[in-house]
Amino acid sequence: MAVKKFVVGLFDDEAVLFPAVKKVRTAGYKLHDVYTPFPVHGLDHAMGLRETSLHTAGFIYGITGTTTALSFMSWVFNVDWPLNIGGKPHFPLPAFIPITFELTVLFAAVGMVMTFCYLCQLMPGVKKHIFHPRQTDDKFVMVIELTEKTNAEEVKSFLTAAGAHDINEQKAEAGWWFGRYDKDDEPYLRKIQTANA
Amino acid sequence: MHLKYESTLREPLVDGVKDYHQVTEDIISPIEGKPGKLWYVGFFISLTLLGFGAFSVFWQIYFGVGVWNLNKTIGWGWDITNFVWWVGIGHAGTLISAILLLFRQGWRTGVNRAAEAMTIFAVMCAGQFPIIHMGRVWMAFFILPYPNTRGPVWVNFNSPLLWDVFAISTYFTVSLLFWYSGLLPDFATVRDRAKTKLRKLLYGVAAFGWTGSTKHWQRHEALSLVLAGLSTPLVLSVHTIVSFDFATSVIPGWHTTIFPPYFVAGAIFSGFAMVQTLLIITRKILHLEEYITLGHMEAMNKVIVLTGSVVGCAYLTELFMAWYGANPYEFATFFKYRAAGPLGWSYWIMMTCNVITPQVFWFRKMRRNIAVTFAMSIVVNIGMWFERFVIICTSLYRDYLPSSWSYYRPSWPEVGFYMGTFGLFFTCYFLFAKYFPVIAVAEIKSILKTSGENFKEKMEVYEEESAEKFAHDVAHAH
Repeated sequence: MAVKKFVVGLFDDEAVLFPAVKKVRTAGYKLHDVYTPFPVHGLDHAMGLRETSLHTAGFIYGITGTTTALSFMSWVFNVDWPLNIGGKPHFPLPAFIPITFELTVLFAAVGMVMTFCYLCQLMPGVKKHIFHPRQTDDKFVMVIELTEKTNAEEVKSFLTAAGAHDINEQKAEAGWWFGRYDKDDEPYLRKIQTANA
Repeated sequence: MHLKYESTLREPLVDGVKDYHQVTEDIISPIEGKPGKLWYVGFFISLTLLGFGAFSVFWQIYFGVGVWNLNKTIGWGWDITNFVWWVGIGHAGTLISAILLLFRQGWRTGVNRAAEAMTIFAVMCAGQFPIIHMGRVWMAFFILPYPNTRGPVWVNFNSPLLWDVFAISTYFTVSLLFWYSGLLPDFATVRDRAKTKLRKLLYGVAAFGWTGSTKHWQRHEALSLVLAGLSTPLVLSVHTIVSFDFATSVIPGWHTTIFPPYFVAGAIFSGFAMVQTLLIITRKILHLEEYITLGHMEAMNKVIVLTGSVVGCAYLTELFMAWYGANPYEFATFFKYRAAGPLGWSYWIMMTCNVITPQVFWFRKMRRNIAVTFAMSIVVNIGMWFERFVIICTSLYRDYLPSSWSYYRPSWPEVGFYMGTFGLFFTCYFLFAKYFPVIAVAEIKSILKTSGENFKEKMEVYEEESAEKFAHDVAHAH
């Protein structure tokens, strides 16, 4: 990603936020993101985000687990080392059910969490720009990206009219980078300075 | 006529007038301050117990399983009793976080974080018992199906003991993932308000770079829902499989089809009791009475009386079937050696603690009484420990051959090992209570608007209006 310019506005209440999101979209501004301290239901639809396909991924991981368990156990008992266990059949399906079920759940859960972390770029050591320190506390932070066509002052007055406060302009890296939260990031700062120059 | 917007059935989930920031302050500030004196006392007692447990385990590994008082007749004693007991305790956490999420029970938000933590610590304690019982613990990896140079000889996939390996390890992994994915946003909250550099660094690493982006929240919600959907059958399967350890054998008293539901109900019963024990102390010490309210405790006490009665029915069904089934060995196990005989006292402790005393929770006054709840939570866990002891030992100590009949009392390394798991459990819990948000901050915020005092105050506007006007406005709302 790259360093971009943003206008940031804070909202106190989701009741004010929802109409504001609507206005921003009809006005045609480029809505970068809205950061909220907790999941606000319906905000994803208001912003026009598509539904996530994480469930589908979970289903695929699940059936992978089912097939892995069933085929592995059958291979062991029938092909690799057929063993007579008290005269029982070599393909005792009922006895395979518990392990098959457990592996289904295990694959689905582990796969989904890893996919979730990959899609959201979450990992220990990953750092992202925080537009306002209270976006994880009690403020709803709306971030509008400034393109060449948008006028910063116009966006600011627009946000004020929509009910935002503490409106400011920020230059920030839009993606993620490896860094520590207790330190300012040297290479990252240099990147911003070159963007300024 | 005027309207009154107040549900008589449902009380607010969070007491007091709170805004979002106040919620953060209330729950995060204990992490930022120094722990109190009581915390240090509790923590060091736990560490001492853990140390004693480690010594007992060392003793057992050094000299062999012979230092335990198990014998040829009674091959499973305190170790497997404790294993089943700890696994059972874990079940309440998953029930609260998964099943109540699917049922849209708002009250789970106040208690789910601590209950899930309890699950993880309890399963950590449980897993040690079968492994240490193996004797040569350095060969514990033999239980895994890995390619080896002995053939390869694989594990027996028909064995319930192997199903246990898969069930417990899956349960631990999934619970941990569920718990940690819920913690990410709350760690980010701690990180963003941190004043010290060390805290910013550590919580920054722990939060994985969470920002609170709407898209991320959307995925997070989807993830939680599917993990809840997966955990629900998982939690039922785990104790079912644990009960198969007994039910698939041919020992009278173990060989019954009633075991899976009976074990699951018992697990939830003892788990909720442990949640009560922990939360009554936690809410007091961390001053979270407004988040973990009497309403929460009442709801959990209802679950306790329900599952306790299910367990009671199971005990009576077992007795009935032992008589009605006309199997002389089964009859002898239940009526001569379980409800009577040298170990009969343990049966009656179980009956009293699990079936008779929890009936006090039919009364609302008792359900909302903290002292009674706390005492009952301990009594229930004693009862549930004895249930497992009764099932295991009273079925074994009088077997088919009277010459091998035996009696069993534990040796000090067995007791020490059990104490040690208490030490491990509480050490982990004390660290959790100090360094982790004990209540799911983001989840509390998401229910605050619909269930706090603020919401009621907003309704005052409508309460002023006449009912006709309100009905008219609702009918013509866009």
